Amino acid sequence: MKLSQLNPGEQGTIVAFTDLEMSVKLMEMGCLPGEIVEVERFAPLGDPIAIRVAGYQLCLRKNEASIIIIQ
Amino acid sequence: MAKDIKIALVGNPNTGKSTLFNLLTGLNQKIGNFPGITVDKKLGYCKLAENKQAEIIDLPGTYSLYPKSKDESIVFQVLADKNNPSHPDIVVLVADATNLRRNLLLYSQVADLGLPVVLVLNMTDMAKKEGIDIDINKLSERLGIQVVAISARSNSGIDQLKMAIGNTTPIATQTTGADMHMLAPEAIDLVKSHLKIDNDYLALQLLHQHQPLNVFSIEDHSVFEKIKSSHNFESSKLQAAETIARYRYLGTVLSGVIEDTGAVKKFAFSDKLDAVLTNKFWGFLIFIAILFFIFNSIFSWSSYPMELIEYSFVWLTEFGHQHLPEGVLTNLLLDGVVAGLGGVVIFIPQIAILFAFISILEDTGYMARVTFMMDKIMRKFGLSGKSVVPMIGSLACAVPSIMSARNIESWKDRIITIMVVPLVSCSARLPVYTLLISLVVPEKMLWGFINLQGLTLMGMYLISIFAAVIVAFIMKLIIKAKERSYFIMELPVYRMPRWTNVLYTMYEKSKTFVFEAGKVIIAISIILWVLASYGPSDRFEKIDKKYAAIEAQKDSVQISTLERDKSAEKLENSYAGILGHVIEPAIKPLGFDWKIGIALITSFAAREAFVGTMATIYSVDGGDEEVATIRNKMRGATNPDTGLPVFTFATAFSLMLFYAFAMQCMSTVAVVYRETKSWKWPVIQLVYMTAMAYVASLIAYQLLK
Repeated sequence: MKLSQLNPGEQGTIVAFTDLEMSVKLMEMGCLPGEIVEVERFAPLGDPIAIRVAGYQLCLRKNEASIIIIQ
Repeated sequence: MAKDIKIALVGNPNTGKSTLFNLLTGLNQKIGNFPGITVDKKLGYCKLAENKQAEIIDLPGTYSLYPKSKDESIVFQVLADKNNPSHPDIVVLVADATNLRRNLLLYSQVADLGLPVVLVLNMTDMAKKEGIDIDINKLSERLGIQVVAISARSNSGIDQLKMAIGNTTPIATQTTGADMHMLAPEAIDLVKSHLKIDNDYLALQLLHQHQPLNVFSIEDHSVFEKIKSSHNFESSKLQAAETIARYRYLGTVLSGVIEDTGAVKKFAFSDKLDAVLTNKFWGFLIFIAILFFIFNSIFSWSSYPMELIEYSFVWLTEFGHQHLPEGVLTNLLLDGVVAGLGGVVIFIPQIAILFAFISILEDTGYMARVTFMMDKIMRKFGLSGKSVVPMIGSLACAVPSIMSARNIESWKDRIITIMVVPLVSCSARLPVYTLLISLVVPEKMLWGFINLQGLTLMGMYLISIFAAVIVAFIMKLIIKAKERSYFIMELPVYRMPRWTNVLYTMYEKSKTFVFEAGKVIIAISIILWVLASYGPSDRFEKIDKKYAAIEAQKDSVQISTLERDKSAEKLENSYAGILGHVIEPAIKPLGFDWKIGIALITSFAAREAFVGTMATIYSVDGGDEEVATIRNKMRGATNPDTGLPVFTFATAFSLMLFYAFAMQCMSTVAVVYRETKSWKWPVIQLVYMTAMAYVASLIAYQLLK
């Protein structure tokens, strides 16, 4: 399942990434495999989304969230 | 005196690095440039002890040594290259104590480069409140370096930090972290033996990013490339492996160091605020209200200081003319240089006010939410969520707005924002619009309550915003991005703004504008002054003689009228006047005569010069009645060939469109040059905007006449 498919309030554990280049940036920001992510809210127009990971809030576009595979 | 120690501040964004920089250096700082790139170099000086001074450089905030933007690439270039003039003796790494693990990723990379490091844990008071307990001594022991806990906001721990910097040995003491050699053992060994260095991580980093370092020869670069291709060096894959290895290492370092008792988290409050501030309905409403307040403040708060500046410069010019010997040099000094200086200083109130607001919005964390809310709309037009503030600010003035576009990380988004911002109608167009509208639009009410003149004015503003959005969309298709556009951004928790930071920002931005853009503005205003006040000497002598002869017979009242006629005739015969005649064939299809041509030329200094030039050409006396008198004179102006009025509805409308689209503002040109560090963008902007203005005016005039 992709992170972009979650609704606000739902959470999952990161297992893998589908885009290598983007995964580097995400991992540097603390989105590591094994971390729990929770979708906090969508922007008023539905995109980007705000997530909570590694103790802080991160926002990213839906197409960026779609490379994160979660469980 | 001994040589100053050089210190670099390095850290993630939102860690309070700039606050610490301001605390350490006070106003003892200056903004320079890193050679060849658009990144500001913030330098300051700090007294560590009685006879020990440190030179401190504030490097751009970054999450890792692998850069995602031009600003971030500076960090590696400065730290890795010993010959870089900014290369530090000691690195002070600023980390956010409330999110230590992520912050230490950058620490572990910087530490592995082998420079002496002091680790600063900022916001320790906040961490304590949240129930995060950090064992500083244990951390210091495990990392092998000095660790200092501070709170830049409440100004605590600064003296200990100064002492720690003073105690730092020139030889790095940190324990080595995760094994970097195993990531690409053979390639790393080859680089090490080629450069005769023994740092594994530096060798690995050079394989990743050696191109921007100009310390290496062309041969060195090709050696690196050869090593990479023969050892199948996959940059992204290795970066991913490195990041995972580092986080694993940090996990062991921090186990037993951080104790989280799980008290109330800072984000609980932020979450509640976000529920309102980024709400589907309230979010936009509050945002629009804030924008309206900012826009209104730029207009109303700046009007008094701007008037004061204007009057002071007028007074200075008059005073100078009274007390300095008459002559070309005096005229050049007063009417060229002083007037040019006035044209620079006049922008300071607007710049200071806009940046005060921007600094407050950034500091509180609201700006990140604006970006979050607006990203989807703005992306459609090739802009970013962060383009909103420059776009709105340019309703007041494009100059500070272009400077504020620096907040946009993506190079392409930033360039497009800078390119379209001057299209939005600024306050300098307002006097031009009001004069022309009052000339040709009747003062009538539509359906009893809509003022027709007001409606036309609003129409001009809407046209300008529409044009900016369309041009942005076209540029999105034309400009090729060098880097991939990311929108992976931290949403910091809401905080109170730090008022000293707000003041520093106002001061720093005003200073930068005066010293950087000011040079170009003064140069151009001197050229324009020469053009408007000199002409071929035989023509000027004739005018002088002619008026001297008439004046001898008249009384003093008539002489003052004659003086005005004389200056009007001189302007006609000046180089600017001649240029006006030269461009007349080109602007005739737009409905303009050579007199308007002169105004177009002098307006290049600033659009509001239109009214003043019209006053001189139609030789109107100054004073309260000025606009009404110019209006009447302009209304009476007729075309000598046809006998018809010059300012018809078609001409006035065509002229307004010209002023709406044309780049007639040398301050904007100067600031675009300063912000993009090349003449390429201001020239493209000047050309496309002039072309657009010409075509729009041409179509409007030919349809309406």
